[in-house]
Amino acid sequence: MSDHYYDAHDLPHFPDIGNNAPDLAKKFFEWYGAVFADGALSAREKSLIALAVAHAVQCPYCIDAYSKDALEKGSDLDQMTEAVHVAAAIRGGASLVHGVQMRKHTERVGM
Amino acid sequence: MPRTISLLSRQAPLASAEHQRATLTALPLAREFGDAAQAAGAWPLRPHAIATLQINVGKLCNQTCRHCHVDAGPDRQEMMSRETMALCLRALASTTIPAVDITGGAPELNPHFRWLVEQATAMGRHVMDRCNLTVLTTAGQADLPEFFARHRVEVVASLPHYRATNTDRQRGDGVYEKSIAALKRLNEAGYGDGRSRLRLVLVTNPVGAYLPPSQASLEAEWKRELLRLHGVAFDALYCITNMPISRYLEWLIESDNLAAYMERLVTAFNPSTVSGLMCRDTLSVGWDGLLYDCDFNQMLDLGVDAASARHIRDFDPAALATRSIVVGRHCFGCTAGAGSSCGGSLAS
Repeated sequence: MSDHYYDAHDLPHFPDIGNNAPDLAKKFFEWYGAVFADGALSAREKSLIALAVAHAVQCPYCIDAYSKDALEKGSDLDQMTEAVHVAAAIRGGASLVHGVQMRKHTERVGM
Repeated sequence: MPRTISLLSRQAPLASAEHQRATLTALPLAREFGDAAQAAGAWPLRPHAIATLQINVGKLCNQTCRHCHVDAGPDRQEMMSRETMALCLRALASTTIPAVDITGGAPELNPHFRWLVEQATAMGRHVMDRCNLTVLTTAGQADLPEFFARHRVEVVASLPHYRATNTDRQRGDGVYEKSIAALKRLNEAGYGDGRSRLRLVLVTNPVGAYLPPSQASLEAEWKRELLRLHGVAFDALYCITNMPISRYLEWLIESDNLAAYMERLVTAFNPSTVSGLMCRDTLSVGWDGLLYDCDFNQMLDLGVDAASARHIRDFDPAALATRSIVVGRHCFGCTAGAGSSCGGSLAS
């Protein structure tokens, strides 16, 4: 047991989650694989979305995995950086747009 | 920044093929290539009929790319002579080998390159040129697109990415801009329009320690983006794996990526790639006329396992047909993921 919550060596053990509730794990990993296949979006585009979401949910496992995956899918660092900016814009925007609620509250109680 | 001179000029230990082989052998790997090929039902690895004579006409190049498995560069002097080319042509004439794949270095810088192309095409053989694109912008080479078109040479051109960042990181500052200019010249000469018989293929390989992208998935995007960004058209995209040889091996060591990269290649072994490995239908000729199963074996000094036919002057298809293909740990580079060859991916 490591003395910190996140360990880079944990990622390869992800499939071990199937040691319990194996049917659920099987369904999850099959669905996961299908999600990232070429479809209406290319596998490269999906990988960039995953990279952006990984930053939005701040998952170090996902950032590790999809930084490499995005390169292997043919993206370059400029494209990956823009994807992270998209995540940051939505996160920042999500905070800022709640300022509308703040304004309504202040208007209601203010003079 | 890219190094500006070859391993050989720097007198780096990795300039020695023996040192490269020993470096790969010393790594702790889960299994050897022979074991993997055996499990795939293809051991010993035997050749099919020779479909391509791949001729490496020398190590001279106007670029010094960081990933080059040839250790080519402007400082390299090794160059195939016209006499050795004549032996290659004699071998061709004695067979029906349909394709000639000319590589280097920058093959166009060999002073006898055009003669070789003229002779091979006059024999009715399909000729491919492995072109780094920027050579078209060097002195005396501006008419190459028209020369290629006249002889219906298939141009197989290197471009790491359809955008500048990764291209210049791998191949040197300014290479992207020159490459796009060269592609426009090839388009002007009739290449890449999808209608003429002038075929223009782009080759991309990773700019780092990871596997190449899916060829089928990316080709449409590359076509769309190169057309949108630069008005450039091409016919096909090949995605090729970097081989842990020469300067790419040096970079893997220096960046502390070698063990993980080799492990990645081994764990990504794809049995379905073995039947289509290029070594099975290609014969590779070195600048000095020595014969190899592929260009990678050539750089590792791993000659063909055919005692009576080790040089093009002794070319003997019957003796070569009974040989076993020489393999090593670097061969995992051709079988990882979708597989890799001079013709791109091997499996979908």
